[in-house]
Amino acid sequence: MTIIRQIRPAVTLFICLSILTGLLYPLGMTALSNLLMPHEAQGSLLTSEGKIVGSQLIGQNFIQPRYFHGRLSATSGPNPLDPSKSGPLPYNAAASAGSNLGPTSRALVDRVSETVAGLKAENPEAIAAGWKIPADLVTTSASGLDPDISPEAAYFQVQRIARVRHLSEGSVRALIDRMIARPLMGWLGEPHVNVLELNIALDGLQ
Amino acid sequence: MSITGWATIAFFLLCVVAITRPIGGFLKRVLEGETHFLGRIFGPLERSFYRLAGIRPDEGQSWTQYAFSVLVFKIACFLAVYGILRLQTHLPLNPMGQGAVAPDLAYNTAISFLTNTNWQSYSGETTMRHLSQMLAFTAQNFVSAAAGIAIAAAVIRGFARRSAGTIGNFWADLVRTTLYILLPACVLLTLFFVFEGVPQTLSGSATALTIEGAHQSIALGPVASQEAIKMLGTNGGGFFNTNSAHPFENPSALTNFVQMLCIFALGAGLTNMFGRMVGKERQGWAIFSAMVALFLVGVSVLYWSEAHSNPALAALGIDPSFGNMEGKETRFGIAASALFATVTTDASCGAVNAMHESFLALGGMVPLVNMMLGEVIFGGVGSGLYGFLLFAIIAVFMAGLMVGRTPEYLGKKIESREIKMTMLAVLCLPLVMLGFTALAIVIKPGLAALSATGPHGFTEALYAYTSAAANNGSAFAGLTANPFWNITLGVGMMIGRFFVIIPVLAIAGSMAAKKISVPTPGTFPTDTGLFIGLVMGVILIVGGLTFLPALALGPIVEHLAMLRGSLF
Repeated sequence: MTIIRQIRPAVTLFICLSILTGLLYPLGMTALSNLLMPHEAQGSLLTSEGKIVGSQLIGQNFIQPRYFHGRLSATSGPNPLDPSKSGPLPYNAAASAGSNLGPTSRALVDRVSETVAGLKAENPEAIAAGWKIPADLVTTSASGLDPDISPEAAYFQVQRIARVRHLSEGSVRALIDRMIARPLMGWLGEPHVNVLELNIALDGLQ
Repeated sequence: MSITGWATIAFFLLCVVAITRPIGGFLKRVLEGETHFLGRIFGPLERSFYRLAGIRPDEGQSWTQYAFSVLVFKIACFLAVYGILRLQTHLPLNPMGQGAVAPDLAYNTAISFLTNTNWQSYSGETTMRHLSQMLAFTAQNFVSAAAGIAIAAAVIRGFARRSAGTIGNFWADLVRTTLYILLPACVLLTLFFVFEGVPQTLSGSATALTIEGAHQSIALGPVASQEAIKMLGTNGGGFFNTNSAHPFENPSALTNFVQMLCIFALGAGLTNMFGRMVGKERQGWAIFSAMVALFLVGVSVLYWSEAHSNPALAALGIDPSFGNMEGKETRFGIAASALFATVTTDASCGAVNAMHESFLALGGMVPLVNMMLGEVIFGGVGSGLYGFLLFAIIAVFMAGLMVGRTPEYLGKKIESREIKMTMLAVLCLPLVMLGFTALAIVIKPGLAALSATGPHGFTEALYAYTSAAANNGSAFAGLTANPFWNITLGVGMMIGRFFVIIPVLAIAGSMAAKKISVPTPGTFPTDTGLFIGLVMGVILIVGGLTFLPALALGPIVEHLAMLRGSLF
């Protein structure tokens, strides 16, 4: 009997609380957020000449040598040439993913050595100058969408960018200096550079 | 390891200490039905809920009635969530056109959310529609958290009341916690998160033409509103697959800090509410101190581990000063990732801002051990406190055995019935964690889901069942759940929730009925350093004896293999 008597409050309160917290709350917050902070509520999208070029918060897959490169990304998705097949699709912001490779994974070590070889070939000046390879450039981020790199990873690419774009190394380095986001109050968070914003600023240099 | 990293950890701890007392005070006002300023705003709504439900909030329930109410409510939640997921194609608000969820996945997910585990065998942005995310998940995040706090309040009443037959009213506890604590806090948190960049929109995605000329489809949704309750209610189920590592869920170091604080806020506040309700705040601070000590051990080991680079990668000419950056986000770095991983598994949150599977072997062991200890270091909202009280009962029992006196806790005699119930709750967790792991690693469907081989693959399986039974929800996420895993993990989550809740309510019922005896010089005080040390010892010994062999087969042997340079 006790159980039967519990059914009415269980069902009623389930419905009331679900409507309140599952509909009114998220919909109300959506309305309020879009009224007060439409840019952020819509995903902090960046536009250029009326077209969306990306989100400030979401990394992009930069492969051309004339742009700064970001972290590795382990996301996958439909093959752009043949959508029926699925395969690696870095910075697929429709399906975030990490590599989930553990510390003793052979696949991890193979992947990193391949990346190291690529970075050495692409940035011979930095290697010749005795740079050790910044770890964030050879590792995948947790989300696969990391928008940032460390200042070291940006400086590591200075000479390549300067060479490809016929800029002075000093001007590229000064641009990075300007774009570094410092930790809050000097200690909360890590210094980092947003790669998309850095590359947009880089295009503006010429 | 860096000074700024330690400063972050120290400042975090300071903030937790600072919020404990105010939150504890307010929790007590709400759950004891006292007057408070929010009552003037939401009071009419609260009373109309009671009228519709046909209940009287001041009508006390015996422990069996209270437990029945919890169970019947959970059954209603299960049926509704299962139904929404199975039928999501026929419901509105589906901008991305997602299909129905498969039966085993819907069953797993429904249990996962109603038990406050939020294990996610699916990837949010590719599987779930906005309506499912809101009506099924956001709502369950609220009520499962509220139910946890309600049960903790009932258990505390058991200790606080004398010669009483009732331990409160579940329906009133549920409604009050949701209306006065969770909802107002989440409204403020949502606005803060949106301000920092977390999206809150009904559109499904935006398409960008990148500056290199590629198309990028960016998943969006009502993220901020779910993010708020996900952290505050220690639920941990992310809107996106990669949870709080996704820049849209956790865009900055500041949101990361606030999210970690939210995870501990109510668990810490409940220790203070406990102290206030049993009549001596020091009793709450004693529990708080034991929790802080265990937290510090965990975060120190994890930070130390991750500040090292993987020797196999350092050998390739990579700068080792960065630490282990695989599976971590640049804006958080090592310290904030280590702190987050500790906090999320001390509590039963399960949100992640870094991929636990990619931690170094000993680093990955810390979250695992935190969950194996029963998530009693602040713990899930409510569940952390009543889980801790089980260990406190064992501690005073052992102290009683040592001096040959009937053990007492807060003036209540601990007798054979309470010890039996405590042991039932304490033993059912390892049974699920170790039993299912043993099964999964010897049968084909179990092995088929693992992404790693060697000791790391074993740890992947152990982590999954540990996370399920402890109602955490974080994962070594390389695991791809199949029907075998979805079903066994679902069973594990249910046992982990209800085989603790029911014994703990039984203890509350029998404690409430007891008299409170006057302390004598021979009474073992439970607000001193001796008690704190004893209860920590009990937690570590019970956990160590149970899990050390399994840990030796997984992370410990992997650590040795890593030092030796073996790869799998």
